[in-house]
Amino acid sequence: MAKCKYDWPEAGQRKLIGKRISRVTGPAMASGQAKYSYDINRPGMLYARLLACPYAHAKIKSIDTSEAEKLPGVKTVRIIQRVGTEIQWAGDEIVAVVAEREEIAEDALRRIKVEYEKLPHIVHEEDLSQVGDRAKPAAEQRTGDPDAAFKDPDAVISEGYYGLPVIIHCTPETHGGVAEWVDAENLRVWISTQNVSGLPPQIAETLGTPVTNIQALCEYMGGGFGSKFSPDRWGIEMARLAKDVGKPVKLMLQREHDSMVAGARPSYFAKIRVAAKKDGTLTGWESDTWGTGGPGGATLPPIPYVLNVPNQIKRHTSVATNVGPARAWRAPGHPQACYLTMTALDDLAAKLNMDPIEFLMKNLALAKPREQIYRQELQKAAELAEWTKNWHPRGDKSPGPIKRGLGVSIHTWGGGGHNSLCNVAIHPDGSVEITLGSQDLGTGTRTVIAITAAETFGLPVEAVTVNIGDSKYPPSGGSGGSTTVGGVSGSTRRGCVDALEQLFAAVAPGLGVPAEQLEAADGRIQVKGDAAKSLTWKQACAKLGVKSVQVQGKNPGPCQLGSSGVGGVQIADVSVDTETGIVKINKMVAVQDCGLIIDLKTAENQCYGAITMGIGYSLFEEKIMDQVTGRMLNPNLDSYKLAGIGDIGEIVVHMMTGPGYDDRGVIGLGEPPVIAPGAAISNAVANAIGVRVPTLPLTPAKVLAALAKGGIA
Amino acid sequence: MQAFEYANPTTKEEAVRLLANQWGEAEILAGGTDSLSLMKDHVSTPRRVVSLQAIKELRGIEFKPATGLRLGAMATLSELIESAAVRREYPALVEAAEGVRSPQILNMGTVGGDLCQRPRCWYFRAGYGLLARDDGKALVPEGENQYHAILGNSGPAYFVNPSSLAPALIALGAKVRVFGPQGTREVGLDKFFLTPASDDQRECDLKANEILTDILVPPAKGTKMAIYEVRQREALDYPLAAAAVVLRLDGKTVKSARVVLGHVAPVPWPAPEAEAVLVGKTISEAVADEAGKAAVSKATPLSKNAYKVQLARVAVKRAILRAAQGGA
Repeated sequence: MAKCKYDWPEAGQRKLIGKRISRVTGPAMASGQAKYSYDINRPGMLYARLLACPYAHAKIKSIDTSEAEKLPGVKTVRIIQRVGTEIQWAGDEIVAVVAEREEIAEDALRRIKVEYEKLPHIVHEEDLSQVGDRAKPAAEQRTGDPDAAFKDPDAVISEGYYGLPVIIHCTPETHGGVAEWVDAENLRVWISTQNVSGLPPQIAETLGTPVTNIQALCEYMGGGFGSKFSPDRWGIEMARLAKDVGKPVKLMLQREHDSMVAGARPSYFAKIRVAAKKDGTLTGWESDTWGTGGPGGATLPPIPYVLNVPNQIKRHTSVATNVGPARAWRAPGHPQACYLTMTALDDLAAKLNMDPIEFLMKNLALAKPREQIYRQELQKAAELAEWTKNWHPRGDKSPGPIKRGLGVSIHTWGGGGHNSLCNVAIHPDGSVEITLGSQDLGTGTRTVIAITAAETFGLPVEAVTVNIGDSKYPPSGGSGGSTTVGGVSGSTRRGCVDALEQLFAAVAPGLGVPAEQLEAADGRIQVKGDAAKSLTWKQACAKLGVKSVQVQGKNPGPCQLGSSGVGGVQIADVSVDTETGIVKINKMVAVQDCGLIIDLKTAENQCYGAITMGIGYSLFEEKIMDQVTGRMLNPNLDSYKLAGIGDIGEIVVHMMTGPGYDDRGVIGLGEPPVIAPGAAISNAVANAIGVRVPTLPLTPAKVLAALAKGGIA
Repeated sequence: MQAFEYANPTTKEEAVRLLANQWGEAEILAGGTDSLSLMKDHVSTPRRVVSLQAIKELRGIEFKPATGLRLGAMATLSELIESAAVRREYPALVEAAEGVRSPQILNMGTVGGDLCQRPRCWYFRAGYGLLARDDGKALVPEGENQYHAILGNSGPAYFVNPSSLAPALIALGAKVRVFGPQGTREVGLDKFFLTPASDDQRECDLKANEILTDILVPPAKGTKMAIYEVRQREALDYPLAAAAVVLRLDGKTVKSARVVLGHVAPVPWPAPEAEAVLVGKTISEAVADEAGKAAVSKATPLSKNAYKVQLARVAVKRAILRAAQGGA
């Protein structure tokens, strides 16, 4: 056989892979039996709270903790940042307190006196003329001959202003965990993390404790979206505090503190010019971009996005501000790059009087190597959105204040599998275990591991026990970059194929055939082509005697089980109330590929979640900073607005499968579907009201301001 | 949250005795949906919390055709919504309560609490005081004032009154009963809300040792009523502007009208200018729009909230049209 032995089963042979299978953790999560870091309570556990700096930029002049130390119930007070330190954002942690109860720790914080020397801060960056020396221009980038492209007398040129503000991660479970020293040298931490295997080395380095003495645990976690790869300062302090007091310590961030410091997506604003021939062929790109990700500024996003427009000039200015530190936010850089590019191109298409789908199709040669994928996906999305029937040129001319519009956007992502090791065990009693130091962020990682093993062994999903969330297990990569499903499915598949070979070897003599002639199917080990000669899985495993099969699976490894690179298309169908500026989502269509799909249900689920998140940042979300006080004004969830069930309309998801898709192997999906909503929704609003609302979120104030300048209403 | 003493009186007399003479020392606990978050954020730090939960006479909803509606201050918003009499006689009140959206707040939140809840102003909630000042400087006029007042905003108060029910209740001519050491007094709800001039004043005509006991609404037979709230989200969200309208018609002609705006000023904001437009007219889109325009004619928007003038105008227009079409 030319086929590589670990290859995924052929389409007709797949019993579980690609089917809609409910997640194996569903009942535990729905019934509250699933324990998150927040739920961990250890005997004798104490509680820590953090004193945050109220100023956006300040130097610590003095710290007096004496009154806090005197409060009954306070066990220790620890200074995190010393006198003289320059603080760069409001909410940065200055002092930690451990007490018997949370409310005592809270009271103790209010008794700590910190004097600051206030320093000038900048928390608004949209008006570049107001940021002074915080602006750091980068060298201009040029490709081709942009001057000629824009000077061409036949060129149609569209020019516009676009932008999106800093938003936050808003993980349902805030950051933090529990630390416990099991003895003088050995530390155990339960941390809400995307990076179970990667935590001990990071903690070891900071604490000076051998990495072998540290165990990180995270059985369930309540979302990270890119903000939970490091133990963070609070994770380290939690371990130090637990050592100081000799008791387990819980330190979870309070929601408002989490909002201020524990996750922000960089902003970008841009003046963009794009040129095309009269037939729509793109010929030139010119952009002036700027943005902030806090003190570190923000680097140039990947623009022009997806379509590699010939003849470019790009100028970028990074702005260092005191809005709080940036972290990777679900598809870092892509939602912003997609928004800036696809809105500018949509405006050009409107200027050309072209249907935007036709315009994208015209330029797909610039989307190599996924030209054909986008073509198929655009066709499918147009069909599901009934584009031909519902789309109209800019400006809904129908009577009444409610205007309807459609908008399209396309996106890409990598998503190749990360490094992953797993242990596969087949026990003589027939039970099966897959053990690896991965984590389930809520995406369904346990479920895809179980499906991969069950498919390979010919068993039902429930027959597989999956152990993850422990750094003492074989290491698996952090869950970032949509790398998890490719990594864990690869290691599991390879380990299970090898384990099955060992089982075949134990069973073959009894069945009187060579091991190569055996197969696992429908809960049996049988002779290929002669199902009458078979054993049940349990009977077969009994042949192992007293010794389990124990095999290590690895990714990457032999045979191509996955790859990298996906495309996706989204269409938004919106209604805009032109009297109030309120935008309602009627329908979102998402057409997405991610290679071979292990579980169609959890794959679709990723799209539903990502689009809900995308609607949130398109219509509602913004980290609202006050320039006078330097503070975030909306750190709680009543004023930091997320989309609710009534705000998301109908979400239609179509996953591309079959030839050209499945044969690329497994590719990650967590990030791509969150990229396109911003541009698709903004384009739909422009299509409805006949004028661009330049920046997200599309608030009533901005929609009405855009209408006041022009548009159909 | 600062530690506090908890009192759970069973009579209103006892409750009043447990309250303090000055604001800040004791706070009233009704449903707790607002007061608990204020205490957790240390915006409110009472030494004593006086619960009204056990005082039976503060509960109940009764309707009599001759005298109208009595809402106990401790009646929950859910009870209001579920009352067949309220739904039949005062549909605008049901719609206003339903605008609260959150089942948790509807089930725990009370009618009295809706009227007495503190402003949502984010500077107030972040600890800069009711008048939102830092080192004596007013933060709102040059700050993030997108949700602040467009009327009655000459200072020092810039927040908006957050009540869901007040505009409709005022439009219906409701009054409230207040009980204190001197006994019971009645106040028209239109007079109940006040614009504070200093951080230690409150937004309503309650003294620190008084409690709201009843809301009395006159019969509304023969009127047409509606509210309209402009809110960005379907999920729990505070309206950006709201209007309540009660019309008395003579045939198709408006005999009298009450128009009250919400979420646009430090107090619920009656709009006699809009009422004047409506009286003597037949309701049409153009008349409703003219009334909306009149309602906001004196608006003085801040740096970032001019859009609210338009929203308030539209809220008035749409509330009038809905009322004319037969109510909420």
